[in-house]
Amino acid sequence: MLRFIARRLALAIITLLLLSLIVFAISNVLPQDVGRSILGPFASQETVDAMNHKLGTDQPKLDQYLHLLKQIVTFDFGDSFQTGQPVSDLIKTTLQNSAKLAILALVITVPLGIFAGTLAALRRDTIVDRVIVMFGLAGSSLPEFVTSTFLVVLLGTQLHLLPPLANWPPGSNIFEQIHYLLLPALALVLVYFGYIARMARAGMIVALESDYTRTAMMKGISRGTVIRRHVLRNALLPTIAVVATSTGYLFGGLLAVELIFNINGLGRLLVTAAKAKDLPVLQAGVLVIGIIYMFATLIADILISWLNPRIRLGSEG
Amino acid sequence: MGDPALLEPPPPGAIQVDTTSARSTARRETVRLLMRRPEFLIGMGILLFWVTCAIFGERLAPHDPQLPNPLFSHAPPGSDNWSYVLGTDRFGRDVLSRVIVGARDVLIVAPIAALLGVTLGTLLGLVMGYYRGLLDDVLSRVVEAFLSLPVTLVALLTLVMLGSSTKTVVLVVGVLFAPIVARTVRAAVLSERELDYVQAAKLRGENGPMIMTREILPNITGPIIVELTVRVGYAIFTISTLSFLGVGIQPPSPDWGLQISEEYSMIINGYWWTVFFPSIAIASVVIATNLVADALQSVLQR
Repeated sequence: MLRFIARRLALAIITLLLLSLIVFAISNVLPQDVGRSILGPFASQETVDAMNHKLGTDQPKLDQYLHLLKQIVTFDFGDSFQTGQPVSDLIKTTLQNSAKLAILALVITVPLGIFAGTLAALRRDTIVDRVIVMFGLAGSSLPEFVTSTFLVVLLGTQLHLLPPLANWPPGSNIFEQIHYLLLPALALVLVYFGYIARMARAGMIVALESDYTRTAMMKGISRGTVIRRHVLRNALLPTIAVVATSTGYLFGGLLAVELIFNINGLGRLLVTAAKAKDLPVLQAGVLVIGIIYMFATLIADILISWLNPRIRLGSEG
Repeated sequence: MGDPALLEPPPPGAIQVDTTSARSTARRETVRLLMRRPEFLIGMGILLFWVTCAIFGERLAPHDPQLPNPLFSHAPPGSDNWSYVLGTDRFGRDVLSRVIVGARDVLIVAPIAALLGVTLGTLLGLVMGYYRGLLDDVLSRVVEAFLSLPVTLVALLTLVMLGSSTKTVVLVVGVLFAPIVARTVRAAVLSERELDYVQAAKLRGENGPMIMTREILPNITGPIIVELTVRVGYAIFTISTLSFLGVGIQPPSPDWGLQISEEYSMIINGYWWTVFFPSIAIASVVIATNLVADALQSVLQR
């Protein structure tokens, strides 16, 4: 097990290096003159040179890349152009709000998705199955900002069921905050429910048709016990992988959702940084989201190998 | 879902002297199977509707989509004796006309971006799957690193650095889709390259590029066509999100994502119609594309 984790960690470090290389290439190599592309065509050459000097983009490319790596390791990304605050502070505060939203969304989606997927598999090819599959497909194919506008309009401003914006009064306790975060979380739930339900359904169907399930059934164990003790345990492995990958995409979806619901999170920070061409914030934010995704898949891989020894032993052999 | 049509004897009219090649018969068979799928017909119907809107735009629209009317700012649906069927936006521009004409940009840009992504991805996937070895290992790592970042996020960063224009949007979305397509194509190539016809071509002394393009490529068109339709759906998804975030299609286009981005901050004032109808438009196009992709997948990979 330790060997598996070590191997997987080494792989994660390689992915992280490639990730930093991609972000570096996009922001420092692709534009011919970084200062010019931030300040626009009408800025004077002196301001552009000053900007390039401030960013370090007048240095050799290799030095620039090593500097970026140092920034990642020390979690010190310089100061924001817009506010002058350290980028790491901005990311820490906004990440807290984003994490609240993402966790709330996951806490609702994962059990709901697994339940719906299991139900669909057990009632396969009935109307229940069709409705769950179609609903999931429709939800996961729509952009987050479209589902968000639907929810704000329908549940927020027309039916007045939930607060349409997530701007809770200062000093609210966690339950009041959850009340305000419910509608944006629901927007994310609608998108990610489909992925998880689909995976849970597919895993369940494979497990239900397997020989060990038939054997257990023929031993005379009740259907409920077979499903709980034999089927679910095997069926949920692929679902764990999907939960991990969707966590990364969840943070991508936060961009639009946080904008519409006016949440001071990492997504909104990135969009405002993009509008202001605030490169340090933008670069750091993209990297942080990539790293979150990497950790989510890392944890999922370790969890899966712990639950299923075949994967762990297979990769060691 | 079993297709009972397959078990039925062919209708009497279909048995004729066959002068066409086997390939065109197979193609006709595919079309016939598609026509029997309700989801394909519904999806195609919706897409045709929006393509008509995109082509004839201004001629179908009851008002000029760009013409402001200060007397009717944020007029609700049905205002001015049903002259503004779906209401007006903050400048008093007709929402219905803007939704009709707004189909144009995204329906031009998204398919081109998808086509670019599929072309690049297919080339990459062919090379990775056919040559294997170190090249494949290195490229697979790079592909994986790309996939660990949400496409919208990388596109946002790139478009900020390069500046947004229709050309850069197509380029960025196309290039970012390539690794995803490459993974699918690579998997298809891996199973094809072990088959006898590839071995035969090798023994005949055909070179690598020839085998990839003339032998393997025609045999994996099914998954590639499915991937293309799926990618068109995702391209509409991605490009309208980018437009919403302000780095996609640029004003003054009445693009749907852009309309929502201009008006979303005023939803809480009760002006729901300015964002609701463009949202319906995006949702219907994306779902229609997915229905078509779904039907193609079950017919082509039967």
